[in-house]
Amino acid sequence: MIETLLVFPAPPPPELSQCLDAKGWIWKAINNSDSALTDQPDTGWAGGVIVADSHPKEALSLCRQLRQTENPLVPILLLISKGQLNNFEVNENLFDDFCITPFHPEELEIRLNNLFLKFGLGTQPDLIKYGSLVLNIETYQATIDDSPLDLTYMEYELLRFLAMRPGKVFTRETLLSEVWGYDYYGGGRTVDVHIRRLRAKLGEEHANLISTVRSVGYRFGQSRWGS
Amino acid sequence: MMNKIQENRNHAQFDYVFRTVEERGVRLIRLWFTDVLGRHKSVAISPAELETVFEEGLQFDGSAIDGFSRIQESDVLARPDPSTFELLPWVADDEASGTMFCNITNLDGTPFAGDPRQVLQRNIDQAREDGYEMFCAPEIEFFYFANQENGLQPIPLDQASYFDLTTMDVASDLRRHTLHMLEALSIPVEYSFHEDSPSQHEIDLQYTDALNMADSVMTLRLAVKKIAIDRGVYATFMPKPLNGVQGSGMHTHLSLFSEGKNVFHDPSGNLSLTGQSFVAGLLYHAREITAITNQLVNSYKRINEGYEAPRYVSWARNNRSSLVRIPVHKQDKPDSARIEYRAVDPACNPYLAFSVMLAAGLKGIKENYELPPEATTNLYEMSRAEQKELGVASLPANLSEALDEMEESDLVREALGDHIFEWFLRNKRTEWNEYQRQVTPFEIEQYLPNW
Repeated sequence: MIETLLVFPAPPPPELSQCLDAKGWIWKAINNSDSALTDQPDTGWAGGVIVADSHPKEALSLCRQLRQTENPLVPILLLISKGQLNNFEVNENLFDDFCITPFHPEELEIRLNNLFLKFGLGTQPDLIKYGSLVLNIETYQATIDDSPLDLTYMEYELLRFLAMRPGKVFTRETLLSEVWGYDYYGGGRTVDVHIRRLRAKLGEEHANLISTVRSVGYRFGQSRWGS
Repeated sequence: MMNKIQENRNHAQFDYVFRTVEERGVRLIRLWFTDVLGRHKSVAISPAELETVFEEGLQFDGSAIDGFSRIQESDVLARPDPSTFELLPWVADDEASGTMFCNITNLDGTPFAGDPRQVLQRNIDQAREDGYEMFCAPEIEFFYFANQENGLQPIPLDQASYFDLTTMDVASDLRRHTLHMLEALSIPVEYSFHEDSPSQHEIDLQYTDALNMADSVMTLRLAVKKIAIDRGVYATFMPKPLNGVQGSGMHTHLSLFSEGKNVFHDPSGNLSLTGQSFVAGLLYHAREITAITNQLVNSYKRINEGYEAPRYVSWARNNRSSLVRIPVHKQDKPDSARIEYRAVDPACNPYLAFSVMLAAGLKGIKENYELPPEATTNLYEMSRAEQKELGVASLPANLSEALDEMEESDLVREALGDHIFEWFLRNKRTEWNEYQRQVTPFEIEQYLPNW
């Protein structure tokens, strides 16, 4: 099962959403790189379908942002119009295949299937790696410099959430609702408590993997979009 | 919908424990709980039993546990809380052991009334209904004594005093090792230093929610003792082990949050009106809750001696003889607004102590208690007449007096529930009566030569 495809823009053209639904793809439409991060499913995006015929500039810049990260998004299928082909330059690795709009539903399906065959069924990583930190999603184990980190469940969940989205700044409220869920009462302070514990367990050398962004929240790893 | 999410969360937590046990080669899982007096209880199971224990709980005879006995049914179930799962850091890898705190239930699954952890949970739930979440940060004092073969004697390890640099000491090494272990057990330490008295030490914990903190206090007491014993030293949380020097307290910083905001904060940097009512509640009910916050005959030797232990029911911004201290907090740091309740000692049952403090403070808020004036002078230097004029009450002078106060208290009965309330009074009356019958060394010394 492949889930979830990132689709741009939101809402996508009706013929695209109909086609994806008809073939049973699980997808979610987003409008910019920020929502590509915030709406990302826990297991990460499985791949992307980017429509570039209506908003070519935004679409290509999104591809660039999705690719130029610690965990570049693959595969990406680009939809472009025939007219765009004339002055289309390929000088960056921004997509893995393309399809001309208006597209034929069968062709889109074959291209997508072919991409997933080539890149493996679903790209949900079993491992999240960042520097010397490795999280194994399957076994719930975390290691740093190859030695195991002994975490409580919530510490692990918080680290996993952050490590899957390096460079992005999250407010305490967002972390609370994304990691703890809305039924939790503790408030933002609970997040601080767990960040403090995580840093202690990561050890002095790695404690700065999680940085405090003053009066905003927390960020894992280096700033992602250069801000 | 919410139940579904909770169910998934629980499922993931169980899964997390199973996988960790498997991946880390855990041999033994220690299930922890607490008797009514606050003593640590542990029962070990093998990984093979884990699934059944998660599903059905671990059945045992509660009659052997202090405060668990009942007339009809003595069997209870220990149900481990997977969110508390940790690997014990002081155990070698080839003997890897995990621990979990348990809730104790009746055989029909309802919470067992004698389980202190669920008493605290119930008080927390009640506070949440009113929209409040309490955070605690205790400062835990204790002594290291030389461990003797022939019975325990309070012989200090060192004669170092406050903030002395004693890097070469056994005690410093012990403390460093303990801090390391505490961090590994998800218990962040804010400060740790040498206290006033010989061989006395203090560890200040970073705030967390009340239930988590009560668990942490239990773990800390175990860790401190365990690490000491491994190095041939005896650690004690007894409130007043030595004559003539100050005892061990557990001053507890409290703050109250509502919708993510600290309700003790006021832009002026003073305590908010809500905070003032909370403190008024603590002061008003202080005498009733003292048996719980200071539960030993010995606890009152600490309180009566003074030093940093409060003897009077009063509050101040900066007066160490006061029961409640209200530190001025920085205006730009609203989250740090807090109050400090100074009666508690480290031999308390933290679940019950946090329960009664929370109940007393919330009562103050609910009923809009008014904060009495600040005690600006040192109350120890006042005559009893002057104190009376100021309307200053004393804390109970001994356990017996504290039990009398507690027995009359609807607040404490409600906070603890009938089962614990009545058992505690019975048990502690017996303790007091036994103590009363003792002929003490003091009497022999004073009276034998003269009479």
